[in-house]
Amino acid sequence: MSDALKEVGDYVEAKRADCVLGWDIAHGELNVDVAPSNIKGFVDFLRTDPTCRFSTLVDITAVDYPGRAKRFDVVYHLLSMFQNHRIRLRVSVREDEMLPSIVDVHPSADWFEREVFDMFGILFTGHPDLRRILTDYGFRGHPLRKDFPTTGYTEVRYDEAQKRVVYEPVSLVQEYRQFDFMSPWEGADYILPGDEKKPEAK
Amino acid sequence: MMDGTKGFEDALTGEQKIRNFNINFGPQHPAAHGVLRLVLELDGEIVERCDPHIGLLHRGTEKLMESRTYLQNLPYFDRLDYVAPMNQEHAWCLAIEKLTGVEVPRRASLIRVLYSEIGRILSHLLNVTTQAMDVGALTPPLWGFEEREKLMVFYERACGARLHAAYFRPGGVHQDISDDLIDDIETWAQEFPKVMADIDGLLTENRIFKQRNADIGVVTEEDILNYGFSGVMVRGSGFAWDLRRAQPYECYDEFEFQIPVGKNGDCFDRYLVRMEEMRQSVSIILQAVAKLREPEGKGDVLARGKITPPSRSDMKTSMEALIHHFKLYTEGFHVPEGEVYCAVEAPKGEFGVYLVADGTNKPYRAKLRAPGFLHLQAIDHMSRGHQLADVAAIIGTLDVVFGEIDR
Repeated sequence: MSDALKEVGDYVEAKRADCVLGWDIAHGELNVDVAPSNIKGFVDFLRTDPTCRFSTLVDITAVDYPGRAKRFDVVYHLLSMFQNHRIRLRVSVREDEMLPSIVDVHPSADWFEREVFDMFGILFTGHPDLRRILTDYGFRGHPLRKDFPTTGYTEVRYDEAQKRVVYEPVSLVQEYRQFDFMSPWEGADYILPGDEKKPEAK
Repeated sequence: MMDGTKGFEDALTGEQKIRNFNINFGPQHPAAHGVLRLVLELDGEIVERCDPHIGLLHRGTEKLMESRTYLQNLPYFDRLDYVAPMNQEHAWCLAIEKLTGVEVPRRASLIRVLYSEIGRILSHLLNVTTQAMDVGALTPPLWGFEEREKLMVFYERACGARLHAAYFRPGGVHQDISDDLIDDIETWAQEFPKVMADIDGLLTENRIFKQRNADIGVVTEEDILNYGFSGVMVRGSGFAWDLRRAQPYECYDEFEFQIPVGKNGDCFDRYLVRMEEMRQSVSIILQAVAKLREPEGKGDVLARGKITPPSRSDMKTSMEALIHHFKLYTEGFHVPEGEVYCAVEAPKGEFGVYLVADGTNKPYRAKLRAPGFLHLQAIDHMSRGHQLADVAAIIGTLDVVFGEIDR
């Protein structure tokens, strides 16, 4: 399995050296890093090339790494039902960068790109209808970004007096439970409760 | 248009300018299979445009998963496609096992296959019979739900829950199943073909059912590739693509089963494929039952190690096992850094999990790839030019469940 993937990796790199920034095989899966501007042409190449025939788009998603300059990894999964292999494409983009849409190549990318836009706020140029998809009408923010709180910012309830659903800022009755399992014996670098009174802690 | 601004052209020509009619289908419509809102543009009774509004059941599963441990995340998978819960859990367990490199014991593997196939029957039974209901029949769902009830009892006897099982665990399954249960599943599997024949007799040659489904929502090879179809949507059009066969996971490579395919790719062929898949699942269930009774099929159901709890008796006698148990259910296990994509052939198509682990006890990012998401996306393409009443048949054949589409 991984020999065949290695062949695909070599082939893809040889054919489209301008697009492929690097590739590796991990856990029996082929990963290819692609430059943002080339993604559309590369996906089209993978779809039509007879050796690859990655003609099914399985998934598009993104991963947020707030610490990096190129904050998002947009990840494409492709499948070839004819050659029976899979490939993963990774594209790193900055927060203010736009990515070419691949809807022209794979019409199924439509909702995936809408979802990535909705969840991460990554814009796709050339997408015919880049609306929010999963979140509420009029929602603000991009929930799957790491700096978006799990609780969100607004909550809804039905108001008996106004006879309609009202939106209010979220109010938590108790702190959101976020346990940290760092052991104090294994180099936790924060001040333990009670120790903050000690002079060296200040 | 009717305010007189058009002048009296109408009166002169005797013709009226007819404007397309927009209607809202759902989210409360019984044929919408949950909370689907469709904005339909109709020209008379012909659908010109169909814009699905989804997300009404969005619970932010992927976001919630980032702040919970791997084990705490498992029950979320039951709530995705709640018609066949264990098939989703399977993908999650496979992803974790792939990253941690855990080998599942043989008995657990067989139980997983057994219950995955039960899940497939659960899902197809619901789909086939409710589709019949959408096009006007009432008896099939009543008969089908009776069988579903029996299957849910098997779920309950294995894990204590009828629906939200949380039964497949990373490294195996939670509890062993008893010999009585295996016997009862076998008895059921032997009796079920008769029920299938009954449902078959009600629907397959039924004139109304045929008229409402044949030649409706035809899917071509090009559509399959363009819209990223999987599962029955592919097989209904004559492609023998099944992940259980093409990219075998668990121990599916040991099982004998046929992959039914359709010829015309319409709703009726997909119905036939689902019916035949249920018969194949019954055969897999019987094979799994036989394998579970063999001596190799006996043994532990969890790969005892870091990611699984110690046995109950160990926990009561050994201090280390007790500590392990405590740490496992509070802190959880750590999964080595890496990213994997694991897919299973869920009843509705390819259900995949893309897991990015950062070496802690919580997933850094988990993306759930639901088959229904792509299938529903194609509804605009599939329903265009059909009658309004056919939209219900197409929704039925797409087999949408909003738990997984909205996540």
